Amino acid sequence: MKLDAKIPKGELEKKWSNYQANCNLVNTANKKKFDIIVVGSGLAGAGAAATLAELGYKVKCFCYQDSPRRAHSVAAQGGINAAKNYQHDGDSVWRMFYDTLKGGDFRSREANVYRLAELSAPLIDHFTAQGVPFAREYGGVLSNRSFGGVQVQRTFYARGQTGQQLLVAAYSQLSKMVASGGVTMFTREEMLDLVTIDGKARGIVTRDLETGEIKKHSAHAVVLATGGYSRVFRLSTLAIGCNGSAIWSAHKKGALFAGPSFTQIHPTALPQTSESQSKLTLMSESLRNDGRIWVPLKANDSRKAEDIPEEERDYYLERRYPSFGNLCPRDIASRAAKERIDNGHGVGALKNAVYLDFKHAIARLGEDTVKDRYGNLFNMYEKITGINAYKEPMLISPAAHFSMGGLWVDYELMTTVNGLYAIGECNYSDHGANRLGANSLLQASIDGYFILPNTINNYLSTELNKEIPGVDHSEFSKSEKLVKEKIERLMNINGRKTVDEFHRELGAVMWQECAMSRNKLGLENAIEKIKEIKSSFWNEVIVTGSDKELNPELEKALRLSDFIELAELMCLDALERDESCGAHFREEFQTKEGEALRDDEKYSYVSAWEYNEGDYKVHKEKLEFEYIKPTVRSYK
Amino acid sequence: MKVFFKIWRQLNSDTKGQFHDYEVDNISSEMSFLEALDTLNESLVKKGESVIAFDHDCREGICGQCGVFINGRAHGPNDNTTTCQLHMRSFSQGDTIVVEPWRAKAFRVVKDLVVDRSSFDRIIQSGGFMSTKTGTAPEANSILIGKDVADYSMDAAACIGCGACVATCKNSSAALFTSAKITHLNSLPQGSPEQNARVLGMTNQMELEDFGHCSFTGACEIECPEQISISNIARMNHDLLKANLLK
Repeated sequence: MKLDAKIPKGELEKKWSNYQANCNLVNTANKKKFDIIVVGSGLAGAGAAATLAELGYKVKCFCYQDSPRRAHSVAAQGGINAAKNYQHDGDSVWRMFYDTLKGGDFRSREANVYRLAELSAPLIDHFTAQGVPFAREYGGVLSNRSFGGVQVQRTFYARGQTGQQLLVAAYSQLSKMVASGGVTMFTREEMLDLVTIDGKARGIVTRDLETGEIKKHSAHAVVLATGGYSRVFRLSTLAIGCNGSAIWSAHKKGALFAGPSFTQIHPTALPQTSESQSKLTLMSESLRNDGRIWVPLKANDSRKAEDIPEEERDYYLERRYPSFGNLCPRDIASRAAKERIDNGHGVGALKNAVYLDFKHAIARLGEDTVKDRYGNLFNMYEKITGINAYKEPMLISPAAHFSMGGLWVDYELMTTVNGLYAIGECNYSDHGANRLGANSLLQASIDGYFILPNTINNYLSTELNKEIPGVDHSEFSKSEKLVKEKIERLMNINGRKTVDEFHRELGAVMWQECAMSRNKLGLENAIEKIKEIKSSFWNEVIVTGSDKELNPELEKALRLSDFIELAELMCLDALERDESCGAHFREEFQTKEGEALRDDEKYSYVSAWEYNEGDYKVHKEKLEFEYIKPTVRSYK
Repeated sequence: MKVFFKIWRQLNSDTKGQFHDYEVDNISSEMSFLEALDTLNESLVKKGESVIAFDHDCREGICGQCGVFINGRAHGPNDNTTTCQLHMRSFSQGDTIVVEPWRAKAFRVVKDLVVDRSSFDRIIQSGGFMSTKTGTAPEANSILIGKDVADYSMDAAACIGCGACVATCKNSSAALFTSAKITHLNSLPQGSPEQNARVLGMTNQMELEDFGHCSFTGACEIECPEQISISNIARMNHDLLKANLLK
């Protein structure tokens, strides 16, 4: 299979405008002839659904939550990047492009990343027009702060609730189009299969989570905007319902899966405190602007933080990475924390955390300023831990977070299945092997608002006035039957182990072998263990209740059955890549100082996996760097 | 520790519900309230019983999906919190904890502790947006907004739409929710051209959805996880009067 990324010709700066000038359009009068399915209602999904409907397309939008306003984009705290150069600190589209490409360890496409930076500035204008109450200076202009991996202030924010405010804006736009009849919204309805006919995406099969009814929906094109899959680790910063089922079913129907093992471990989550924990809570990376990270210099030091004098504290990020310090990228900060914790310097009850200290910031800026910048995060911290972080340092720990991997897409955001698009976190596109903070809201938003509504025309224009198969087509019936059989099988196993028990087992294997650092032996063992978990799951799981009602156990079981298969592919991908890059740290490939050792000669490609009944085959999209020269990624 | 739960079970909207008693003895004080319910559910599955359905998702206090009445209070005994951020250290060994779904005519019970809050979505659909299109928007800094106005708007915009305000109100009024959105948008220069249509549309929909009238007791503000102020309701009433006069 030849992977054609469809990169437009011309200078880097002109690729997107060249594309727009030359792609096919669909006449306004013809747009109403097309049905489009959008699965997911987060920033990418709601933005796409609202914009496509605004253009005149008939849109059906689906989410598993009770309302599209709950989508997990809501949880992003710190901000959204844009190359506005409001601070006059040397920022530019080019610098943002370079920072993002470097941050991703040169494992993403130049053209995509440049477009990301290029569309960032108008996106801020767009959100402002929608009423996002971005932080402002006293004079009325927008305010900025810094995030990891960059040396300029290009992050726009709305207190510690940027994701919430952007999502609510997108949800408002979606609501506007629901009211006008342009979008039909389906809540509490989950996609369980993709239907393809003659190599084209033609619809989906869903389960109505309230009644259990299996439904079929046809369309001219299907857009997946279903977010990340880091719940494969069970404990992650993701919402409990986040899952990979939609993209996994698309993968099984022919969409290649790119870079599955590239999952980011976020350095500033709250540490795990018990076995029964269901998730880990993220604390915004923005805290690293003013908080200083340290551990006791002496291993196994059991003194309280306040009893450890300055000279016996190790500000290890400032020590190892003097030019970026506490604002080094997430993969670097997470690995550095793991290294300290593994060597006995961890703090907290389970010795699995490091300190994030605001003592110096409070002395320098005063408590009021710190409160103004991060007040809600401090409140949240106190609610969860019972600790007042104005008085003592926060305890933070690395946790599974964003998945850079996802369905392979070309420049148009189309997967390898015609008419199937993947936008936002569920695709593999702009972040490479590591995502920089505040680039996730950006990518999801531009994919949904700006890129897809342009690129989808190119495909739809070729479908004009062609009859599309309806839901009575045999492929729909086949999918429906498969989904029903899977549910029936799960309901009838009546084993002894709960879904959560299996998920904990899977999570433990993945966290141990396929998270912050990986090695050949560990990955090989993990693959064997995952196979055992899979076999055991299908023989021993118990799902109670009925499939004809709201049944959270059945929902979890269906999602976990897909996570188990995805986990195996993640390990295969990590095993295939004999190098270290970004979030993928193979222990065999590191420098003497313990930094990642990239191998551009052999691995400068996107690994894109083809499914064939569990026998995966890797295809390679070679990455061409025409405008920049990949360099050793240093933040020292 | 060991706690006793008295939990509302109801198969669906068409059947009657009742309280069921449960005993759970492997609860730790670090657990969140929802994790305690997870623990109870896992024990039910082990016994072959169906689980208690409850709404939740982000478990970070921001998505607004979780929400139940706990011992007669929305989101439990602590002020201004979500259910996912309530922890079992707020309870004691041997406590009996009564858990019910949100109580309001406009919030149909879907199952057990899960209710239907789509009435909130319909209120937003009736004016809780800007009619802006995706094409070129004006340069963001060309719209100057003083920090005090931006902060005031943000205070209201922080609403997470959980429904605690409605559930705790004697009249099941949605005034706090609706007024928060009206304040968020109407106080910004971008939102002012549509402010009259917005307040008329949204308050009209609020009544159509069978929410009760606000009698300004202030219970909503106390239970709101985001501390949305009831002064927003005063502003909504002001905007409504003005819109009616100019109609």
